[in-house]
Amino acid sequence: MSRFSDLTQLPDASGHFGPYGGRFVSETLSFALEELDKIYASLKHDPDFQAEFDRDLTHYVGRPSPLYHAERWSREIGGAQIWLKREDLNHTGAHKVNNTIGQALLAKRSGKPRVIAETGAGQHGVATATVAARLGLECEVYMGAEDVERQKLNVYRMRLLGAKVVPVESGSRTLKDAMNEALRDWVTNVDNTFYIIGTVAGPHPYPMLVRDFNAVAGREARRQSLEQIGRLPDALVACVGGGSNAMGLFYPFVEDEDVAMYGVEAGGDGLATGRHAAPLTANAPRGVLHGNRTYLMSDEGGQIADTHSVSAGLDYPGVGPEHALWKDVGRVEYVAADDHEVLAAFRELTRVEGIMPALESAHALAHAKKLAASLPQDKHIVVNLSGRGDKDIHTVAKIDGIEF
Amino acid sequence: MNQHANRIDRRFAALKAAGRKALIPYITAGDPAPAHTVDFMHACVEAGADVIELGVPFSDPMADGPVIQKACERALVHGTRLSHVLEMVAAFRERDAETPVVLMGYLNPIERMGYAAFARQARDAGVDGVLAVDMPPEEMGENAALFAEHGLQSIFLLAPTTSEQRATTICHHGQGYLYYVSLKGVTGAATLDAEAVGSQLASLRALTELPLCVGFGIRDGATAAAIGRVADGVIVGSALVGRIAERADTPETIPQALREILGEMREALDRDVRA
Repeated sequence: MSRFSDLTQLPDASGHFGPYGGRFVSETLSFALEELDKIYASLKHDPDFQAEFDRDLTHYVGRPSPLYHAERWSREIGGAQIWLKREDLNHTGAHKVNNTIGQALLAKRSGKPRVIAETGAGQHGVATATVAARLGLECEVYMGAEDVERQKLNVYRMRLLGAKVVPVESGSRTLKDAMNEALRDWVTNVDNTFYIIGTVAGPHPYPMLVRDFNAVAGREARRQSLEQIGRLPDALVACVGGGSNAMGLFYPFVEDEDVAMYGVEAGGDGLATGRHAAPLTANAPRGVLHGNRTYLMSDEGGQIADTHSVSAGLDYPGVGPEHALWKDVGRVEYVAADDHEVLAAFRELTRVEGIMPALESAHALAHAKKLAASLPQDKHIVVNLSGRGDKDIHTVAKIDGIEF
Repeated sequence: MNQHANRIDRRFAALKAAGRKALIPYITAGDPAPAHTVDFMHACVEAGADVIELGVPFSDPMADGPVIQKACERALVHGTRLSHVLEMVAAFRERDAETPVVLMGYLNPIERMGYAAFARQARDAGVDGVLAVDMPPEEMGENAALFAEHGLQSIFLLAPTTSEQRATTICHHGQGYLYYVSLKGVTGAATLDAEAVGSQLASLRALTELPLCVGFGIRDGATAAAIGRVADGVIVGSALVGRIAERADTPETIPQALREILGEMREALDRDVRA
């Protein structure tokens, strides 16, 4: 037993993580969520379902992903040893596919012929379009118009995969607006449509099932640490937008009190400027958006704030409700990395280790570097390298003043 | 009828006694600019509105279609916030002490103001009911009692897909009236089937004595009358907000436009009573 064992029992039956989470949706969606709850409850402990999920992860996604000792980078930093959980090597290039494989199996069991998704950086959209192609499901992906512009490569990938990409022009034209539009679609087409949410937010049961499908990364990392390091790591570091890759890595370690955890939010232009996407680090007040209660960036009138980050995938004003609780109980320390530090980490890992990280993952790397420098060489840090950076080459090139 | 009963209950009791149906317009507060909202509310009443649903603009209205999304955007450009909406209700009450006002919108502006502060200020302004589309009864917790203490009725939605078990819960917690969402989809979508709505309402009547009002898909006198035959009231939103949008550059013409369409609906609803 650990003082954090209670955390493994959540959410409660009504989908709450302490004061967070829940199911704050229009009545029109209640039926679909109840149905999803039932399907998942019946399959969660079904050995056939789990076997099918595991088979797909092994043979389609290419799991387990390696735990790689970034020896040269660690040596350059001169502190703790940095290990990278290589989710970037998954099929489609990020952790997102773990969840879409799982939810696509649920969609199949529910008999619905159409799936929809929201996407920020496009990784979740690509992962959804991929599983939809494989299962022969119609697929529509909502993406903020600004993100369509800055993630052109992924937009074209989705189209090649047979998905329809719908640019969302409303609001701030980013991830939150894509989620609004996906919810509107779902409300309208709930009879034949399964909504594959890409992060550990949204109404219950999504935060739970997205966590469960992503937790494979944490289970592997725990086992690999014991094998390769000979013990559990001293710290875990992962980036947090909605928080799915962090949740996936952290969850299987939650009772391991000696393993420190750091969730790294998007500091954007810096917390002091207000132009960021770091609701936990900035202590944003409690709010309700997209079906759950959480830390939420909004103005004094409760209008959702515009966020800013160099990485489209973290550009979101809220955060998964389980992270909100983990902040309150002190299980995870949430910090922010600003765009400048993130770009430096992106370049550094690419040059020193020959691994080009996604800008999202580079947030985790930026913090890991600081943490490693503060620790002795016999300490070990596992960083979730949640995605690869190919999709970000355009963004970085533009910053370098290069046009293709 | 108890003189101290909520305005909503009093109004529905009077309608029932007269054999009439409720006409419930929805407008977004602050659209196209905050200075007009109180005038629009009075125009609605002059045209025969029984209850006013006043929309609290929200940056992310995820249950609404493009018409009401744009209304929210127009209102937010002028900085219309929940505190301003409450001031508008108070100003409306200076000339109208009887027409019930229900605030409709999303939960976050209330969450951010704080439930206790909101309940107190809403009561003081003269608000009668609250319909937050993303707050089902299961999530209300102690706020249900808090609202009730301040004379604020909690209005809930019912949908064609609502299970019987949930409908029972919602009917149990509901106050004032129930808002039956006649269609799947966002506000302002598609056309509706009055016959199907009628049979669904019939099964709900076994669960509750609350008035059943129908929203989504009511756009003119004919659709209002068709729904009026099977429901206790009709709620009209996007059709009004669409007219406001068309006249956003000449707001002085909007009260007359509201009076025309609501007048047509009022007449169509009352024709059935006389017949």
